[in-house]
Amino acid sequence: MTLYTLLFYLVATVIVASTAVAITRRNLVHAVVYLIVSYFGTALLFYLLGAPLLAAFEVIIYAGAIMVLFLFVVMMIRIEAHEEVFFPLSQWLPAVGFGAVYLIAGSVMVFKTPGTEVKLDLVLALPRDYAVYVFKEHWLSIEIVSLLLLVALVAALHLGKGNDKGAMEEES
Amino acid sequence: MIVPFSHVLVLAGMLFVLGIVCTVARRNLIMIVLGVEIMLNAASIAFVGAASRWHNLEGQAFVLFVLAIAATEVSVGLAIIVYAFRRTGSFDPSAYNRLK
Repeated sequence: MTLYTLLFYLVATVIVASTAVAITRRNLVHAVVYLIVSYFGTALLFYLLGAPLLAAFEVIIYAGAIMVLFLFVVMMIRIEAHEEVFFPLSQWLPAVGFGAVYLIAGSVMVFKTPGTEVKLDLVLALPRDYAVYVFKEHWLSIEIVSLLLLVALVAALHLGKGNDKGAMEEES
Repeated sequence: MIVPFSHVLVLAGMLFVLGIVCTVARRNLIMIVLGVEIMLNAASIAFVGAASRWHNLEGQAFVLFVLAIAATEVSVGLAIIVYAFRRTGSFDPSAYNRLK
């Protein structure tokens, strides 16, 4: 067992544990902060698997931008401490049963498919090579994605503005 | 030599299941969107592991698009949630049943 193997299992444990804690919190701020821990772990994992640029993006976009957006929404809206009602157990049992069947089938597939027992090599995609590859092979997709981000910006703006107008009409 | 490829897939699968549980079991719109984020993140881990397994940059390129989609989805989703909260005053999905 090399140091990298040990690091992988350590980081994987932290990711799964912090995500499991995050999805069970009642306090939304706690959940978001635990998820930030999980995303930092994911960034470490990306670095370990040879994607340093994606590790930086994970920290900047996921842990930085997206989670801060969640925090802003949680802070902007006062949340009364309402008790979440969970579904009764009788509704859960069929879902859990079907899920367990898929889980067994999935793990058998993962471990029995030839090629999955191959150990990962230590590789490194330099940011320069990665950028050259992306802009050579996927330049059109990059443009489409940038257009999508513009559409999202316009949509968020429109929802925010239309909301004020609707509230005023309701009051009058 | 880090770990077998299957272990990366198992990690991604566990995270994906956690995301599904969060999306299905929680009755709070913000937690539901967080669950979708967790699932997208699990998919990215699987893609980066596959890129490392086959020494191919295609998987890493795809993660870039996953990041962009996640950012888009979260910004529009949160805008809709704030809009719905101001209309109904609740984060519970079952409060949105009036169709007006």
